[in-house]
Amino acid sequence: MAAKTANHKAWWLVAPVVALVAFNALIPMMTVVNYSFQETFGDNVFFFEGFKWYEQVLGSERFHAALGRQLAFTFTILVIEIPLGVAVALAMPRKGIGVSVCLVLMALPLLIPWNVVGAMWNIFALPDIGLLGRALNGLGLAYDFTQDPTSAWITTIVMDVWHWTSLVVLLAYAGLRSIPEAYYQAAKIDGASAWAIFRHIQLSKMKRVLTIAVLLRFMDSFMIYTEPFVLTGGGPGNTTTFLSIDLVKIALGQFDLGPAAAMSLIYFLIVLLLSWVFYSLMMRNEER
Amino acid sequence: MSLSWMAWTWQTATFFILLAMVLAGMGLWEWKRPGGNPRRGIFGLDTTRGDRLFITLLGSGFIALGWLSFIGSPPYGALVICALWAIFVFRRV
Repeated sequence: MAAKTANHKAWWLVAPVVALVAFNALIPMMTVVNYSFQETFGDNVFFFEGFKWYEQVLGSERFHAALGRQLAFTFTILVIEIPLGVAVALAMPRKGIGVSVCLVLMALPLLIPWNVVGAMWNIFALPDIGLLGRALNGLGLAYDFTQDPTSAWITTIVMDVWHWTSLVVLLAYAGLRSIPEAYYQAAKIDGASAWAIFRHIQLSKMKRVLTIAVLLRFMDSFMIYTEPFVLTGGGPGNTTTFLSIDLVKIALGQFDLGPAAAMSLIYFLIVLLLSWVFYSLMMRNEER
Repeated sequence: MSLSWMAWTWQTATFFILLAMVLAGMGLWEWKRPGGNPRRGIFGLDTTRGDRLFITLLGSGFIALGWLSFIGSPPYGALVICALWAIFVFRRV
């Protein structure tokens, strides 16, 4: 019998990844931690401030408001995109030329760069020259996303739904395609209704991909920056200023690097906590 | 090589050194006494030692933020709560 071999040289193969993570995540993160305890006016001159920036950010109305808007936005798009994505995936053809056509159409929005999506929707929705803006105003609706907070929110949400629902569709469709035909045949023999087939076969088999879809969409939407920034610039007023937009304003607009670093770390902890809670809940449900 | 752009202080350096020591200690612990399969704790989650360390650190971060929000610095009291939280997580979660 051959002796069990252990080749520890394989560890060297992960060294490039470790180096990459160190340079693009670990070292910047350490620097942010260092900045969050200090004040700087430039020229690499720093003054230790202790926990002052954390207390300032945690007690700031501005931070609370941005966090509230961020949570509201993320919750809204998840509530729309996940069921809509599943519904579209269920409606897509299972064979024939239609499959390729639908897949290409679904993939198209995902291929458009984020700033282009923002610019496209900005022009599309402008009340004076945009097709959508003019059409809605022509119908008698007082629509102006540059002035009216409700219009700005609706436009931002519709833009995100347009851009990202297809990701949920593609994931859900992949989950549906992996269900063996025998399941449907057995359900047909048992006289199962369409709802029963959806609830007990399709949805339960899609759980894993939907977990990934919810996690991806949660993390992406919670960290969204480019699209709303290009579309509304965080306005009108601060009504679409989400956490990331506020963070950039503090760090680069006001050059308050200490408070911005403290806010980044609080933001990071919130994303980490919510992602972990989502993941743990979904994994626990899957085991049952 | 100058690291002045990273704005190191002895306080933050100590924090990272302690964190690295905790990770190394966990590795050493696993090497000496392998933890075996995940176990199910009071939250109904299957957790390994590494998971419990993650939960401890994440929870400690929020305990510190909560302390700074409601009581303010210095957060020595938060440190005590974090230590109790760590004991709770490693024994029960």
